[in-house]
Amino acid sequence: MMKALLELHDVQTYIDQYHILHDISFEVPKGEVTVLLGRNGAGKTTTLRTIMGLNPAAKGSVQYNSEDITKLSPYKIAKKGIGYVPEDQGIFEGLTVGENMRVAMKKENESTHERMEWVLDLFPDLKTFWKKPGGQLSGGQKQMLAIARAYMNENELLLIDEPSKGLAPIVVEKVMESIQQMKERTTIVLVEQNFLMASRIGDQFYILDDGQTVHQGAMEELQENETLRKKYLGIA
Amino acid sequence: MGRSTGIYVIIALLLAVLPFVYDDRIILSLVMQVFIFGIFAMSYDLLLGFTGIVSFGHAMFFGIGAYSVAIVLNQNEATLFYLLLGTLLAVAVAGIVSFIAGVLTLRLQSHFYAMLTLALAGLFMVAAEKMRSLTGGNEGFVLMVPDMFIDTSGPTLYLTCLIVLVVFFFLVRRFTQSPVGKVLMAIRENEQRVESIGFSIMYYKVIASMISGIVASIAGVLYVLSLQFVDTSVFATDVTLDALLMTIIGGVGTLVGPIIGAGIIEFAHHWLSDLADVHWIFKRWIILFGIVYILAVIFFPRGIVGTLQEIWIKRKYKKQQGKEATKDKNEAAS
Repeated sequence: MMKALLELHDVQTYIDQYHILHDISFEVPKGEVTVLLGRNGAGKTTTLRTIMGLNPAAKGSVQYNSEDITKLSPYKIAKKGIGYVPEDQGIFEGLTVGENMRVAMKKENESTHERMEWVLDLFPDLKTFWKKPGGQLSGGQKQMLAIARAYMNENELLLIDEPSKGLAPIVVEKVMESIQQMKERTTIVLVEQNFLMASRIGDQFYILDDGQTVHQGAMEELQENETLRKKYLGIA
Repeated sequence: MGRSTGIYVIIALLLAVLPFVYDDRIILSLVMQVFIFGIFAMSYDLLLGFTGIVSFGHAMFFGIGAYSVAIVLNQNEATLFYLLLGTLLAVAVAGIVSFIAGVLTLRLQSHFYAMLTLALAGLFMVAAEKMRSLTGGNEGFVLMVPDMFIDTSGPTLYLTCLIVLVVFFFLVRRFTQSPVGKVLMAIRENEQRVESIGFSIMYYKVIASMISGIVASIAGVLYVLSLQFVDTSVFATDVTLDALLMTIIGGVGTLVGPIIGAGIIEFAHHWLSDLADVHWIFKRWIILFGIVYILAVIFFPRGIVGTLQEIWIKRKYKKQQGKEATKDKNEAAS
């Protein structure tokens, strides 16, 4: 296995008085797609938010490139090279598609222009609706914009939360294709309920249950282990 | 030059010609007040419309501008030099106060900034009342202004106000279209999201607070020049409320909307006040204004300019989608 880019050790997180994450530990190897699986309420989204510092860990540690980022503020964590695509997409609805992209770009240079071209080739719809406010896009277009935006900077790690949620199958296919392509350039942590999608993209998986990591392995293992899928994911 | 810029320049040129072709001094004074309050409302829009920060004490910066110039001119000779010195003082004080208010509260939720600015505006008002030797207390004082501005409804002051409005409009517009401006708009939409992209929202909010405060102080400078008198009413909550209403009626986050809002409120105030002769209830012009406000909110929920912009964008994309659908049909047919 390659060197871990991200490591979580015994992470515990509270949201207000609620203890959401009890004991989360996992490693994300560089260049791979790590999928976090689990039923609703297992703590997958909170885990991503904890990594980003949006719901900071009360105990345990988050290490990125061997550096402790547990107590850093979100903008400092983002500056380290971690991109985040939240569950609700986080589109700036009053800004146009172009403005959404430019805000995410932070600085303009040759590399970001090259990325912009690549992303627009991947999602030509964004080019068509370049001047349209983000709030007027369809669900699929918003998801494409959210993913494209996270890719605008030279992020070494992308955290993507349920990219297929609420999308039509044809759009899910498109989103999946785009993540497949990004996989070649970036390390990804993917939270996904759609097992078919997760199994096609993922290299390794962690199953979360009641705020704890309860199982891990290679994606092929989970595809073959029906008992495990039934027990933790409720699917045959 | 973009199409909208061209339209604004033409309107500005028409307004510049107005005092030479129209000699109703009351209306010219009123238009000048629109310019001044247009600048003030525009500064409020930068906070509320572009960054999502609510201020209940924005009048404080207006008052700082008014008193800085008034005191400097009153304590020295009424020359252009001291007017510029007073303006620089206004900008410096407004910049420092808005920086302090921003640093103290903008890391917290937005109502803390609203409450702190309200408290500070009250503090400045009390200070202006108590420092009688400098400010004339509640009664205020009449001040001498440089000779060129003595005629308060003459073309010189009118054109000065117009030029300042135009310059600040284009500067603020340029700022809102810059990368920093886009980050401010993104902060208005979703603070957490902006932070997780890698921006320190506190830093950007303080920038917005300072620029807004400084622009508001410039409006205060022009206001005191136009009245040649200053009293503590410049710090009153009513002044902030006016800016808020001008912004909401004109269109939050549109920049040109608050200027139109300033025009509507100033002219409505002027014309509706005459109705006091018709019935005693209209002596409180705010009653009529309340009705106008309710109608504006019902028919223009995003303000006049905001609603028109929304309709225009929807039409544009409907047309575009129609064209694409026709193109697809033609391709399928062939």
